[in-house]
This record gives sequence, structure tokens and C-alpha cells, in this order.
Amino acid sequence: MAALSNHPDDTASPQDSARDGAGVHTVDLTTATVRTLNAELHAPTARRYRVLSPRGAHAVAVGVDDELDIHVEGDVGYYCGGMNQGGTIVVDGSAGPGLAENMMSGTVRVRGDASQSAGATARGGLLVVEGTASMRCGISMKGVDIVVGGDVGPMSAFMAQAGRLVVCGDAGDGLGDSIYEARLYVRGKVGALGADCIEKEIRDEHRSELAELLTAAGMTDLAGDPAALAEFRRFGSARRLYHFTSERSGSY
Amino acid sequence: MSTSDGRGLRESATFDRATIAAIQHAAETGVYDIRGWGAKRPLPHFDDLLFLGASMSRYPLEGYRERCDTDVVLGDRHAERPLHLSTPVTIAGMSFGALSAQAKESLGRGASEVGTSTTTGDGGMTDEERGHSKTLVYQVLPSRYGMNPDHLRAADAIEVVLGQGAKPGGGGMLLGQKISDRVAGMRTLPPGIDQRSACRHPDWTGPDDLAIKILELREITDWQKPIYVKVGATRTYYDVKLAVAAGADVVVVDGMQGGTAATQEVFIEHVGIPILAAIPQAVQALSELGLHRKVQLVVSGGIRTGADVAKAMALGADAVAIGTAALIALGDNDPRWAKEYESIGSAAGFYDDFQDGRDPAGITTQDPELAARLDPLQGGRRIANYLRVLTLEAQTIARACGKGHLLHLEPEDLVSLTIEAAAMARVPLAGTSWIPGRTPL
Repeated sequence: MAALSNHPDDTASPQDSARDGAGVHTVDLTTATVRTLNAELHAPTARRYRVLSPRGAHAVAVGVDDELDIHVEGDVGYYCGGMNQGGTIVVDGSAGPGLAENMMSGTVRVRGDASQSAGATARGGLLVVEGTASMRCGISMKGVDIVVGGDVGPMSAFMAQAGRLVVCGDAGDGLGDSIYEARLYVRGKVGALGADCIEKEIRDEHRSELAELLTAAGMTDLAGDPAALAEFRRFGSARRLYHFTSERSGSY
Repeated sequence: MSTSDGRGLRESATFDRATIAAIQHAAETGVYDIRGWGAKRPLPHFDDLLFLGASMSRYPLEGYRERCDTDVVLGDRHAERPLHLSTPVTIAGMSFGALSAQAKESLGRGASEVGTSTTTGDGGMTDEERGHSKTLVYQVLPSRYGMNPDHLRAADAIEVVLGQGAKPGGGGMLLGQKISDRVAGMRTLPPGIDQRSACRHPDWTGPDDLAIKILELREITDWQKPIYVKVGATRTYYDVKLAVAAGADVVVVDGMQGGTAATQEVFIEHVGIPILAAIPQAVQALSELGLHRKVQLVVSGGIRTGADVAKAMALGADAVAIGTAALIALGDNDPRWAKEYESIGSAAGFYDDFQDGRDPAGITTQDPELAARLDPLQGGRRIANYLRVLTLEAQTIARACGKGHLLHLEPEDLVSLTIEAAAMARVPLAGTSWIPGRTPL
């Protein structure tokens, strides 16, 4: 039984990659494999990359460990930008599950929508989803900043440990369930909060933080609009589940 | 059971003293018991199997003279750099956090000395651990505490953990008293709070997803490193088939005797199946796929002696992993700490409170003074000694069965002492050709 493809055995011919006059290395996934792409990104011969025709491929631009600019032109499958470390990855399309999972640093931006578990366990960097994100956005996030232009689905920021999640649209039920120290900002409607997640006062330092995050995400219109900023609410941990006790068994 | 003092007192088999104490504890505290170690109840185990040494119909190898090789290769299905181990006895995953830095260093030193692997745990890889382990398996766990692509790249193999034998489906809880500043920092959580380890992975939800997750891990590490998938023993036949379908190079099956740092007693004793019952299921799954010995099988959960190693391999495992036994080799439950065990409400030979961080032997603790009691150099020597003994014992048995390599041991070399073990291990009851459920009585 074979593993999923991308193996070197499937390597495409060299003409699938090309470099233009501006030093941009282009990889066309119509003919090149994701293995070829990732191998190139792990031992880069350029600083800027274009990835054409990803057609929903999984594991596009994973394990990047360099300050590369990578522009993916089309939709990607699972785990795009996974464990990114320093790369600036832009997806001109939508992304499947596990977008930028466990990112350490750098930026991943999706122009379209993201499927579930976007930014899962990510420890640093900035993840921007310009459209909407599905369930479990920011699940178990560990320091990443996530800015979503639209809505997030249910159980977002589940067991979120650290970092900030900004939702410019609505958040589904179970937001921040079992949250630790992450901070959540939501502009739109919020469904039922998850266990131990509560609304918290939003003070000036939080509005400044919010404006900084929106600015970093390129959403400068919002960042510069005090009325819009005033619509955001802040959520975080009540810290009632930090120590196990059977008297709270209904919450577990 | 009656007491021997002539008064005719009778202990209830149903409500024995341990059960009475558990009920009293629950009533007094309102909290169930969380402890370390693995299942303590009697279970069908390797002790229920015996080897048929060679005599007339089989030809033994000369002990102390003729070669009996012990080396194994793990993970050569897809990985460019499979592991080559000198002995099939490996060290199971145990976290820095659950164990002291000195204990982790000792395991690394001992394993490296005899040419086998150690494994990280929940909480990530420490520099010391990498530095002292020649061959290190890096676990990808549901919590992803400390998960780091640099560590993926620095590892020799990657183990995607779905569960462990002590608590299949259960996740975990590292209690606050063991969360030092360093442990907290590695896990990105405040010091002193109870740290929940999730029971499900955050970014995939089924075997089809796992295939894609494994693909991602391979891509990140350029297809160089073997990918293990570890499961707690439950529906082992199906779990192994699905793990293989997801692309695993190595499948690790941990029986319910496998240890834990902190799990509910009720979970440890009542969820999962003994490793004896799991191995034949795993081997059947691999054999039906035509991948037995191609996707390697590592088993754990109650391995104590070279006889256990040999029996596991005769049933079809390619290697074993030890956890609890390694801690004992390091000095866990050593009578030299008898008074201190008593002072914390336990006793040498009974200590299982790995969760509370007061381990007198300095192994399952983050207390600097207690941890300093364990000298990593001496600990490493003890581990190396123990691993050598396990290997020598297994070789001794293999030679007596006429095998020139531990991997040549086979079910035909075994019989069972009990009907239960015969049915589970799928070897005949001693003196008969009867395998319950498989051959006519």
C-alpha cells in the first residue's frame, strides 16, 4: 500500500521550474510535484517564489525555514504553510484544513476562505484569513496572532494557550472553550461561549493592541476607525479550570 | 481469603482492601485517584507463555559461542534514513516534565551506549535529551506542547502518538505541582496550573486525514525520517490496518500494562487490552497487507525480562519498548528510599505517585533537590546494564530455540500455560495442539 504521493520517485522534470528576470522562481504544480517545490524551498536558490496551479494540493510550502516570499496562485489543500518559520506566504485562493499549523514565525495570508483548524497550535507569526475561517480556528494556539476578516466557525480557540485571535465577523458556538491565556477579539455576534471563556472589559491597551493587529493584517481601514474598533468585544479565560476539582465536573 | 491468625476472618474478593481504600478515599476527598505506573490487576501476560527449547526435533545453537544477532532496522518502508539499532529493546516515550532532566539524560546515555533509541514525550525535545541520545524518536502528540519544526528536523524518527496503553482515548493531565518554570515555558502555559494534554489531534480527525498529516511531516523533513504511529491497544487489528493505510513506516502498539505519569486509576485498570492479546491482532493485520516485517511492529506494555522480549518477538514484533522497567532500572521503588516512601504514604515496591512530583528517587519529579539525587552517569550505566541483560536473556532463549537472530523467533516456538493466554496469543495450550477459537479441541 503506497503512501500519498509527493515522493521523489514522482519528481517532475527541471523545466517545471523557472526563474524570471526579476529573480522570482516559478514552480508550476501542473507538472512539478509538491515534493519538488518543498525541496526547493528547503534549500532555496531564490528569495521570491511563485507557485502556479496548486489545484488543492496538500502540504504546499511546508517547513519553510527561511525569510522567503512565496506567492501561491490558486487554492490549496491541507496544511499549507505548515510549521512556517520566517516565510511570507500568500495564498491567492482558499485553503484547506490545518492552514499554517504550528507556525513559528513569519506570515501566512489567505485571500479567500480557510477550512477548519486554521492556525492550529501555531506558536508565533501572523496568520491572516481575509475571508472566513471554519471550525476550530486557532485551536490550541500557542502564541500566534490570527486575524480573520470574516467569521469563524464553532469551537474556535479551543484550548487556546497564548496569542491573539481577532475576528472581524461573527464567532460560532463554543468560542474559547477551555481557553488558557490567549486573548480573543470579536466584532460581530458571538454564539454560546465555551467552558471557562468569559467576556472581559476592553480597555485602552486592548484597543491599541487590536489596532496594531489589524494594521499588521493590512486592515488599516478598520484599524483607523475608532467607531469600528469600539464594536469589538474581548474574551478570555475565567481561569476556573486551571486546577482540577470534582466540584467543577460539570464543566469538564 | 482468610487471615492466618485463627480468628476466621475473611476478606472479600469483591471488596478487597484496595477497593475499600478506594471507596473511602473517594468519599473523603470527592476526587478520584490519579496515579502513575500501569495496570496493577492480574492480566494474561508473557508469563503465561513458555518456549519449546530444541531437543530431538529441533537443533539448538551453542550458547556463548554461536552467533545470535539482535540488530533491527526500523522504518525502511518510505524513509531515506531508517533506524539501525543494535538491540530491539528501545526506550518508550516519556516526557521531560513527567521525568526529571537527569532521568531523561540517563535514559539517553544508557540507550546510546548499547545502540538503541530513546523517545521524547509530551512537552517537546530538550537540548540535553538530543545531546545524550544517539538515536532519538520525536513524538508528535495531540497537545503539541513544545512542537517545533527544528526538533522534527533534528530527530532521527517521528512518532505520531494517537494514544498509549494506560489510557487509550484519554489524553492526560500533568498536575500543577510538577509544572516548573522550565516545563511551563516549554509548553507555553503559566507555571503551576494543571496542564491538560488533549486526547485528539487538533488538525486532523480520522485515518484519511492522518495520511495527509503524515505526508506533511514527510515533506517538512524531506522524506528522510521514519514515521511511526503509536496506538494504545484496543481495536488493534483495525487500528494497525488504518495506521498502515495512513502511511506509517512503523506501528507502535502499547498494551494496557504500559505506564503513565498521571492517569485516573479507573482508566488505567479498565480501558485497553493486554499486550499479549494485541500482538497477534497487529501481526494478522500486517500479514494480511503483506507488510509483516516491512512495516515494523514495536510493542510495549509490561516488558520486564529478556524472556518477555523474546516472547514478544516470537509473536511477531520487530522490537519492543520499555518504560516502567527502565524507571525501575534507574532506581524507582528502590528500597534505599524506603523511609521516604513511607513518609509520603507509600512504600518501596508500591510507589506509583508519579503525578505528584515528590519522587524520592529523583526520577518522576521536577524538584531540583530530589532530581539531583539521580546521577545521570550512574543512571546511564544502570540503563545500559539492564538493556544488555535483556538482550542477552533474549539471545539465550533464541539460541535454545535454534535461532540465529532474534527476528527468527516464531509463534511455533511458544506454548501457553492457560487457555486464556492460548486464545489471546494464538499459540497452543502446552501439551496440546489446541488454540482456542482457531483449532478443534
